Amino acid sequence: MTTKSVSRFINVGERTNVTGSAMFKRLILNGDYEAALDVARQQVENGAQVIDINMDEAMLDSVAAMEKFCKLIASEPDIARVPIMLDSSKWEVIEAGLKCVQGKAIVNSISMKEGEEPFLAQAKKLKRYGAAVVVMAFDQDGQAETREEKFRICKRAYELLVDGIGFPPQDIIFDPNIFAVATGIEEHNNYAVAFIDAIKDIKEHLPHAKISGGLSNVSFSFRGNNPVREAMHSVFLYYAVRAGMDMAIVNAGQLAVYDDIPLELREAVEDVILNRRDDATERLLDLAPKYRGDGVQVEAETQEWRGWEVTKRLEHALVKGITQFIEEDTEECRLHFDKPLQVIEGPLMDGMNIVGDLFGEGKMFLPQVVKSARVMKQAVAYLNPYIEEEKEEGSTNGKVLMATVKGDVHDIGKNIVGVVLQCNNYEVIDLGVMVPCQKIIDTAIAEKVDIIGLSGLITPSLDEMVHVAKELTRQGLDLPLLIGGATTSKAHTAVKINEHYEHPVVYVPNASRSVSVVSNLLSKELRAPFLQQLEKDYERVVIQHHRKRDNTQYISFEQARANKFKVDWDTYQPPKPKKLGIHEWHNVSIATLREYIDWTPYFLTWQLHGKYPSILKHEVVGEQAQKVFDDANQMLDRFEKSGELTAKAVFGLFPANSTDESIEVYSNENNQQTQLVLHQLRQQLKTRNSSPNYCLSDFVATKESGVEDYIGAFAVTAGFGADELAEKFLAEHDDYNNIMVKTIADRLAEALAEYLHQQVRKEYWGYAADETLENDDLIREKYQGIRPAPGYPACPEHTEKSKLWQLLDVDKRIGMTLTESYAMWPGASVSGWYFSHPDSKYFAVSKIDKEQAQTYADLKGWDERTAEMWLGPNL
Amino acid sequence: MSNKGNIRPDQTQLLTELLNKKTLILDGAMGTMIQQCGLEEEDYRGTRFADWHTAIKGNNDLLVLTQPDIIKNIHLQYLKAGADIIETNSFNATKTSMADYEMQSLAEEINFAAAKLAREACDEVATPDKPRFVAGVLGPTSKTLSISPDVNDPGFRNITFDELVEDYITATLALMAGGSDIILVETIFDTLNSKAALYAIEEAFEQAGQRLPIMISGTITDASGRTLSGQTTEAFYNSICHVNPLSVGLNCALGPDQLRQYVDTLSSICECFVSVHPNAGLPNEFGEYDLESSEMAEHIAEWSSSQLMNIVGGCCGTTPEHITAMLKAVEGNIPRAPKEKSALMRLSGLEAFNL
Repeated sequence: MTTKSVSRFINVGERTNVTGSAMFKRLILNGDYEAALDVARQQVENGAQVIDINMDEAMLDSVAAMEKFCKLIASEPDIARVPIMLDSSKWEVIEAGLKCVQGKAIVNSISMKEGEEPFLAQAKKLKRYGAAVVVMAFDQDGQAETREEKFRICKRAYELLVDGIGFPPQDIIFDPNIFAVATGIEEHNNYAVAFIDAIKDIKEHLPHAKISGGLSNVSFSFRGNNPVREAMHSVFLYYAVRAGMDMAIVNAGQLAVYDDIPLELREAVEDVILNRRDDATERLLDLAPKYRGDGVQVEAETQEWRGWEVTKRLEHALVKGITQFIEEDTEECRLHFDKPLQVIEGPLMDGMNIVGDLFGEGKMFLPQVVKSARVMKQAVAYLNPYIEEEKEEGSTNGKVLMATVKGDVHDIGKNIVGVVLQCNNYEVIDLGVMVPCQKIIDTAIAEKVDIIGLSGLITPSLDEMVHVAKELTRQGLDLPLLIGGATTSKAHTAVKINEHYEHPVVYVPNASRSVSVVSNLLSKELRAPFLQQLEKDYERVVIQHHRKRDNTQYISFEQARANKFKVDWDTYQPPKPKKLGIHEWHNVSIATLREYIDWTPYFLTWQLHGKYPSILKHEVVGEQAQKVFDDANQMLDRFEKSGELTAKAVFGLFPANSTDESIEVYSNENNQQTQLVLHQLRQQLKTRNSSPNYCLSDFVATKESGVEDYIGAFAVTAGFGADELAEKFLAEHDDYNNIMVKTIADRLAEALAEYLHQQVRKEYWGYAADETLENDDLIREKYQGIRPAPGYPACPEHTEKSKLWQLLDVDKRIGMTLTESYAMWPGASVSGWYFSHPDSKYFAVSKIDKEQAQTYADLKGWDERTAEMWLGPNL
Repeated sequence: MSNKGNIRPDQTQLLTELLNKKTLILDGAMGTMIQQCGLEEEDYRGTRFADWHTAIKGNNDLLVLTQPDIIKNIHLQYLKAGADIIETNSFNATKTSMADYEMQSLAEEINFAAAKLAREACDEVATPDKPRFVAGVLGPTSKTLSISPDVNDPGFRNITFDELVEDYITATLALMAGGSDIILVETIFDTLNSKAALYAIEEAFEQAGQRLPIMISGTITDASGRTLSGQTTEAFYNSICHVNPLSVGLNCALGPDQLRQYVDTLSSICECFVSVHPNAGLPNEFGEYDLESSEMAEHIAEWSSSQLMNIVGGCCGTTPEHITAMLKAVEGNIPRAPKEKSALMRLSGLEAFNL
């Protein structure tokens, strides 16, 4: 086709049509969709601007086949590049296709064959789906054959569509029926002319409407003689396009060039198409045998790359996502190398690196990368038996669990890492996408994996990864954790995730790094040096990070102080405790405490998620929850009687005033003698909405105000006897009750803290004597005042706990002690400060700057190293 | 709750008149503002969901039921900052997305309540000189119709077109009943999902016997300049322009500097109005957005003087401050004129094909 006027003509690829291509039909019927996709790809490579897909075959579930093929095309960017023509005589097949195509497709076809009503109903739906439509010149009286009939039907359809339902006229494509000519039946001789003439009428009277047609029909009587058929197609198009035909369904690889058709043949064909002579058919029939021959052109011309050197071919197949030759190329490559693994580490990884680079540069996009991964997987699958053969005892190098975290659907990176790891003889358990934290942990335990890999692309995944790290810690796992995915970074891993998990947390920037990371982590010799290096690396990153962050997100210590939480001490009179001094409780009744238990965390310990009490009725976990609940109550009954557990408390209320971030605690009411100074930290986060920068000292009246204020301290435990009892159960191989004892002791300690706080508010401090809150409201902290615990976000620095011990003489009075790292013994214990101010609230100190750290260290009399050790998490 | 509710009249004409005169201002991020409130699990639960059996912190859409005052207050802040159009807090209020919290049955109620809150806020602030509009938001859901979640089975999908359509019909009807003036399909990363939404919207309009103007906003996800499902900007436009939207635009994923070229492309082809609500820059390593209101406004001012868009607002990381700055940046400028309706047949695969 060399004529200028045809430059806007669209050829629609016809080979992916089971009614038109025997080969395609065979592939589809055999379920060989991979090869069927190659047919589609070749058409696009051959210049088809739209591809026609037709699955109308009696032996086929056409709806399913259409769906499947359209979905498969969606992951083939080389094909999906062009619009699709959904071709079927069955409406349900067309609709199935429309539901799988994201682009704007052409539907081929609808008509008034069954009347105007169904025609309009279908057209209305198409408008809703957003598709252009081929309308056949077909009504209840049949297919239009003459120029007049063709135009009449098209005009009627046009009016119904455009005027009736507002269908955009430019999206209407008429197919005024191409019928076979030169059939020997005289009435057929004018069919091509009628079509071409009808085009002119339509173009003249029906603005913006387009014209299409199925080209192969016209040459139907010359089946078996491709050169003649191609000549007929070419000539027909030459005239039809000049008349205004916009598109035709053709085999884009098999169109003769009009100017190249031998003159003798071209003239004979033109006589037939244009119906110029009564004997045109006979003349062409006479001439035809001369041009017979195998007219089939080689479709493989575009496969020039097959001649390249094998590693280049592998690279090409990976980048282009072509699986067709991957096995033979991989085999060829394998023979070049000593070990099959070298094929993976060499040419295949090289190819994947190119894919990674192209993706990074925005030259490839997601579906292509997925395809490349698939090629890689097939190559690896092919090599696997050879690798197995060489391996000792078929053992793997290790087991890696991979998951895209909850809330995230992106898994390309993860899948590639999975592939690469498998290539290197690691067993990969891939949990897929949107994986809840608990599933990751449960699987890691059940499958005894060696490493857990988390992936995510969207930013909220960062928080979820932190959450997973916390949960790993909480649930006591010690497996290395790999972090990867687009939004992850070394900085975030080092600063935000690493701190929540004491075992290795390794940021893996890309798939190719994953192998060395995993092999280092699992190697006895290399692990320690690798982790040392990593730690150094993270330290550096953390320091850099803080240098950077301090300028942007935090305000100076001075500014933070200026923005303290301000109380007008002239108008507020702090309540004076009714019972100042230190009090001890030595045997708190279990019967009382059990009323104050917050049960929800108890169920969490047993991995039962849900709020108490509704969890007992929960559809899935209800039964199990009820069981552990009953067992717990039995245990509590036992404790009530046996006295195996002892609950104790010591608490005190003292006069106090604040200066800056410090709280001075006085030994008597006249504030004459400072017994102790508590040091607190102030938030330096740049707050919005004029929220203050809190420090716990803000809740206590300032020294300069002259107002008398107070602070409380407490330490409680329900853990005496718990360890011994738990040991006893363990000795009896009763793990269940072993856990039960410890869990219940924990709950009782928390309950005691709650109960004691209530008693303090109502009686000892007495500022809320009339408080009547149900346990549920207590759990929700609906009362006035707070009881922050040292080591927790509002007062995160642990060493202050020792002052609490000093102040209350905790060791002596009730026997609770502190370990070197300021952990409390017995384990089931709680301690903290009481603040009474009505506006006192829990907050997180979060990050502080060097200046505040220095001020704090000076107050505590610390050197730099000590300060860094204890303030580390907040620096 | 009734589907009839108080459905608003079709104000396409009023909006068109306004848009011919000036650039309208859309609100900024809802998520960012909610984050600043520092809500905890208990706050999300409120009393009604105190005993709900899954963790629900992070279910921002649920806040229209449990913390309506907070959401309304955010709307009011944006309105006071100068937004002409505010988006309902219903981005994830589809059954598909609510399934994460096993709250599918609440989708309808949340959409209704979200629209109602936005409506109340608008009605409090609107004046005859500056009418305010509620855009009922349909988000993309957490699933994709064009991409297989299983690398080994590219033909696999975890959701169907019909399921999404049903889901979106419910949401649309509830948004209408709650008092939306506009339906906004936004953050489209898979065009087929949005086509399901548009299909559902048309169905909902038919069921309600009332049309509303439609705004559509896609998302270019990365440096390739494509949607996540692989389409170019124009291919995306071709895929969705069949509903005669009031506006087509781009939002999220990129900051203004990276987004400009695609807005430019869209502006040069779009036969309706163009909207844009970029992020406050790209998220940094901590998932936070750094671009200050003044920096962002600089970009917007340039876009406005280049007549790239008709509606502008903010996505992730933007605040009322950003919106006020944008308002100032576009004030007095001549708005973009939509392209003349062409007689092109606009087709598309991953790339556009026009005839």
